[in-house]
Amino acid sequence: MAAVTTTPRQKAGWGTANFVVIALAMIPVLWLASLSFKTPAAVLDPSLIPSQWTLGNYSQILKTSQFIRPLINSIGIGLIATLIAVLFASMAAYAVARLRFPGKGVLIGMSLLIAMFPAIALVTPMFNIERSLGLFNTWPGLIIPYVAFGLPLGIYTLSAFFREIPWELEKAAKVDGATPFQAFTKVIAPLAAPGMVTTAILVFMFCWNEFLFAISFTSTIASRTAPASIAYFSGSSQFTVPTGPIAAAAVVITIPIIIFVVFFQRRIVAGLTSGAVKG
Amino acid sequence: MAEIVLDNVTKRYPDGALAVDKFSMDIADGEFVILVGPSGCGKSTTLNMIAGLEDITEGELRIAGRVVNNKSPKDRDIAMVFQSYALYPHMTVRQNMGFALKLAKTPQATIDEKVNEAARILDLTQHLDRRPANLSGGQRQRVAMGRAIVRDPAVFLMDEPLSNLDAKLRVQTRTEVSRLQRRLGTTMVYVTHDQTEAMTLGDRLAVMRTGLLQQIGSPHELYESPLNLFVAGFIGSPAMNFMAGTLAEGSLQTAIGNLPLTPALRQALERANVGRQVIVGIRPENFEDASLVKPELRGHGVTFHATIEVVESMGSDVFVYFTQESGLSAGVDQLADLAEDSGKADTGASDETVTARLDAATQIREGENAELWADVRTMHVFDPKSGQNLSLETETGTPAAAAT
Ligand SMILES: Nc1ncnc2c1ncn2[C@@H]1O[C@H](COP(=O)(O)OP(=O)(O)O)[C@@H](O)[C@H]1O
Ligand SMILES: [Mg+2]
Repeated sequence: MAAVTTTPRQKAGWGTANFVVIALAMIPVLWLASLSFKTPAAVLDPSLIPSQWTLGNYSQILKTSQFIRPLINSIGIGLIATLIAVLFASMAAYAVARLRFPGKGVLIGMSLLIAMFPAIALVTPMFNIERSLGLFNTWPGLIIPYVAFGLPLGIYTLSAFFREIPWELEKAAKVDGATPFQAFTKVIAPLAAPGMVTTAILVFMFCWNEFLFAISFTSTIASRTAPASIAYFSGSSQFTVPTGPIAAAAVVITIPIIIFVVFFQRRIVAGLTSGAVKG
Repeated sequence: MAEIVLDNVTKRYPDGALAVDKFSMDIADGEFVILVGPSGCGKSTTLNMIAGLEDITEGELRIAGRVVNNKSPKDRDIAMVFQSYALYPHMTVRQNMGFALKLAKTPQATIDEKVNEAARILDLTQHLDRRPANLSGGQRQRVAMGRAIVRDPAVFLMDEPLSNLDAKLRVQTRTEVSRLQRRLGTTMVYVTHDQTEAMTLGDRLAVMRTGLLQQIGSPHELYESPLNLFVAGFIGSPAMNFMAGTLAEGSLQTAIGNLPLTPALRQALERANVGRQVIVGIRPENFEDASLVKPELRGHGVTFHATIEVVESMGSDVFVYFTQESGLSAGVDQLADLAEDSGKADTGASDETVTARLDAATQIREGENAELWADVRTMHVFDPKSGQNLSLETETGTPAAAAT
């Protein structure tokens, strides 16, 4: 009892700390949301709550295909890249966590290398490669690099999850007559599902927010993703900065990510492996 | 239904550790064989090699006459119960038990029938739709057994299947395992580090130590004629008492007096030519309160006096403990292994404590200098260097087979 009571002073201290952290995280978001509801004339108004609310910014961006099409591209490219990355990452992570094979160190090293490599250094050579392969300004032109950068992330996250799964389950599956592939798909993968979902969220967020490749490897809205498309917004006249529409687009881009996380977090059943071994 | 032949099976792990060294054994169809030995002696490794979960480094393994060294587990027709049970947590009990059949593409109706039948035998019927996480330890253990028996395999392998149960449930389940094996008549290889479990369960026991097979035999054979110090000390509870002995003029001088040698034993010892120093082993049950020994039996043993330190009455027997200068020098590695296994090395109980099991009628009290009697007909004499049991040669007339 005595050990865990907090004094009012401690409470106040924690409260302040929490408030500061939340405020630091939330102020830019709130500011963005506030901006998206302001009229073009009020954009420079420093008050957080708009004096005059408007949905004009939203209707403006949602009316044109200049934003809707990139949004669809983002969703499509993000989902496909995530699916492929998680699929390959789970196999690779399983191998890393469970098997002893020649070249394991090289595989881990390579994936670390990719993760650390400055993406900007790759843009020029990849641009040329994509041009000559005809991948420039196509969905695969973005999906492939996204998978490449999503894999290291996925391998690291997933191998941690795979290490947690009791190895005896796999032995049991083998004795029960499963091929190694069946043991993986029917026993190991379902148990690693929370890890796969976590990985999927991380990879999807990476793809969704990625800007450098998106702006470099696309030239039209046929494959441009939402973040890149914002850079092409234009104001109502040549001399107005499209602050309101940009803010509205940023809010719209944030929503799918929130839905994605909330939706999948419900699938993460904590302690799914409990009951596997003794206990 | 199948016999298993292990022919000089050897396992060397990739890190160089020699876990099992030239293990040879023939297991008959329908036999219940126990691999027993202290922790780390290579029992699980041996079982995993039979299962196909570990590669065999050298030697040959045959199941039902077929060499299966390079066959994967699924082609060996075996079922295994793991120490941790290894139930699939994302499946219900029914799915757990039916998993193997499903993989084998058995018709659903047959799967249901077999699962229901196994559940009935194991008293799991009302739990079929629950998940392992929601079951008690004993129920999980039964699910693990059920998963093995629905398959109707040629061989059952069990790796310490009872070690996660509490003591009472363990004894109960032990009986069930035994009954199940007799009922199914399936060849079974069962691993345990618990010699009591081994003695009560198996048709035959294979005692292992540091990767080496020490002796194979029925519980009775191992108890009566242990081939070496290790088996003698490992089998039997409480363990055999060991003390140093010196051969002199047709008798053995020990801390509890001069033990007479039978002519046969004397000859055997002379033949073995081990020198004068030996180790004498006497089981606790071969001691008796001297006042309770019938006069005509007294001549078969020696009487001596000892100060009794502890008396434990079990109702049917009385255990008394006393200290004798055992005279055993450290460095007999088989004894060191035994001490480690029994926990003596940790608890600090000295090697010199002698345990004696007396008739319940004894009046001996703690602290008393009591007169005890030891039956020397059943004593064992061991070579302190090799640990070999020298007294066995008198019974068989041939030198005891080297423990390989
Ligand atoms: N995967 C492994 N790699 C290296 N050595 C191992 C491995 N598994 C077991 N061993 C070693 O092999 C020996 C026998 O192990 P094991 O068969 O598990 O013993 P037991 O089941 O009798 O307790 C031990 O010394 C252990 O350290
Ligand atoms: Mg073991």
